[in-house]
Amino acid sequence: MKRLLRTREIWLGAAVAAIIIATELRAPGFGSLRNLMEVFNNTSILMILALGQMAVILTRSIDLSMASNLALSGMLVALTNAAYPGIPVPVLMLMATGFGLVLGAFNGALVWRLGIPAIVVTLGTLTIFRGLIFVIAGGQWVNADQMTTDFVQYTRIPVLGLPLLSWYAIAIAVGFFVMMTRTSIGRAIYAIGVNPTASVYAGIDVGRTKFLAFCISGALSGFCGYLWVSRYVIGSVEVANGYELTVVAACVIGGISIAGGVGSVAGALLGALFLGVINSALPVINISPFWQMAISGAAIIFAVVLNGRTNKSRGRLILKSAETVK
Amino acid sequence: MNDQSIAAPAGRKIPDRLDSPAKAAVFSWPSLLLAVAVGIFILNSFASPYFLSPWSLSDATFNFTEKGLIALAMALLIISGEIDLSVAAIIALASTAMGLALQFGVDTPGLVAIGVLTGVLCGMFNGFLVTRLGLPSIVVTIGTMSFFRGISYIVLGDQAFKGYPDSFDFFGQGYVFWVVSFEFAFFLVCALVYYVVLHRTNFGRQIFVIGNNPVAARFSGVRVERVKFILFCLTGLMSGLAAVALTSRLASTRPSIAFAWELEVVTIVVLGGVSILGGSGTIQGVVIAAFIMGLVTFGLGLLNVPGIVMSIFIGALLIGVIALPILISRLRQRMAK
Repeated sequence: MKRLLRTREIWLGAAVAAIIIATELRAPGFGSLRNLMEVFNNTSILMILALGQMAVILTRSIDLSMASNLALSGMLVALTNAAYPGIPVPVLMLMATGFGLVLGAFNGALVWRLGIPAIVVTLGTLTIFRGLIFVIAGGQWVNADQMTTDFVQYTRIPVLGLPLLSWYAIAIAVGFFVMMTRTSIGRAIYAIGVNPTASVYAGIDVGRTKFLAFCISGALSGFCGYLWVSRYVIGSVEVANGYELTVVAACVIGGISIAGGVGSVAGALLGALFLGVINSALPVINISPFWQMAISGAAIIFAVVLNGRTNKSRGRLILKSAETVK
Repeated sequence: MNDQSIAAPAGRKIPDRLDSPAKAAVFSWPSLLLAVAVGIFILNSFASPYFLSPWSLSDATFNFTEKGLIALAMALLIISGEIDLSVAAIIALASTAMGLALQFGVDTPGLVAIGVLTGVLCGMFNGFLVTRLGLPSIVVTIGTMSFFRGISYIVLGDQAFKGYPDSFDFFGQGYVFWVVSFEFAFFLVCALVYYVVLHRTNFGRQIFVIGNNPVAARFSGVRVERVKFILFCLTGLMSGLAAVALTSRLASTRPSIAFAWELEVVTIVVLGGVSILGGSGTIQGVVIAAFIMGLVTFGLGLLNVPGIVMSIFIGALLIGVIALPILISRLRQRMAK
């Protein structure tokens, strides 16, 4: 029980609950199941992205290209949908995921094969992917009237009261939990984050595991590309601009150590939910939405300070991610 | 460059004698970059007849001087093994502070002082969190990035500060001599100062030592935390100066000012040959990289390439310039076998 109280997931969950209750007191109705489901639905994409980012951060890398990957994959399926309305939406989903996977694999290959630090690679691909959106779309937007009903509905159809979008997030979270805790790949991802050198001696291919982590984050970004375009019914160059750092922020708040090897699926989900709850609580208690950015910034700083106090292992290692463990 | 120096990571061959200084200089990173810069320059002058005029070249410098100013300090910070992603947000906050002071009738000298001071304070805040509390700088500055810019949004919302005094225009629009803008001249002076600090002083030496091995640095009597704290303050200072220049050039302040510049600044630094892992890099490289960025964006601009497409070139340049030497040395190794 004492150990349980010390885990940050509990505290984070309590913080999320506290914000919900405090908001409910100021604005009754915020805590209703209906509204909370709405908040959850609004945060689904961030949760999925945070999981992908978690896999990468655990391996002592970082993927700054997620938002650009999302926007590019989203634009691709939006254009495909506009040009060939006959293609069924599940095929488009697969297409977005597959395309995102390829982009992620490109990142991963550069990190794995050439040993370039992940932060540099993804900084580069962040701008490249973003630029490619403009090229493939010719600078055009894809608007609501160009998308088929199915394309838009596949994130909205309610199943057991929850929209499909939320179910995707739940399914991916469950899948991720199983992968991270019950499979050898999940074990390997944690292991190389904790101690790359020891992992090599344990027979884990460090480079290949990082590559796989990037493939995972890429595939999830691609899938979210479809979700985003369908959810907000817009495909443009500006989609999710700057969102990569929000995703990292969700992970940091969720207690995933930037030094690698420390973090849990529940943490990533709660970190995302924390940001999501704040974002939806501010307007209902009549705080200008312009406060949002400063508050999430303060939350990140607070979370990092808290992190630094609980586990005193100084997490400065992100810049050392390319340790020569060949 | 011979095979021995390239094969260093693989085998542990120690050459009998080092390359001659001249040979080392020719094959150094800055020289490679200089060749790239000259190449882009020549391509540009062929591609557009408007490129080779003193005034358009002078205009080209505005593309990178503000980012270059920050890149100088960022280079030192990255060499020491830290990073500051909040620089663009510091610009926003410093610019907002100046705009706010303007509403109270503060005149030019006061505005500059406030802008610079805000920058330094932000840098101190980052430095405090990183060095006193021992937190990872990449996450801290992601947090302060939202925080600083967030304050600008709280103050300004969707409004803008305008109506800066005429004498304030000089910093971003003034010329000191013929086509040499104040900004550009200031950038060159700063580059010189940073060159001396990094490559010719004890303090600069300490930065390299810290970047290579902070523990060893501490044992050799380097005050690691203090040096890092100073570097964060310097980065804040340069962001404040950049804020003055940019605000003066745009003659207005919006909370979205300099959005996403942090990544471009880091790109300049990395392109300039500073190892993102810390411990190595030169100011010459960073200055040339700043020129390259300016030339590429300006040249493509003359060819009517939209800004978003330019980012493809810049991203590809970043990855390409780093990947190419690795690929070439691999190829050489394979050939040697």
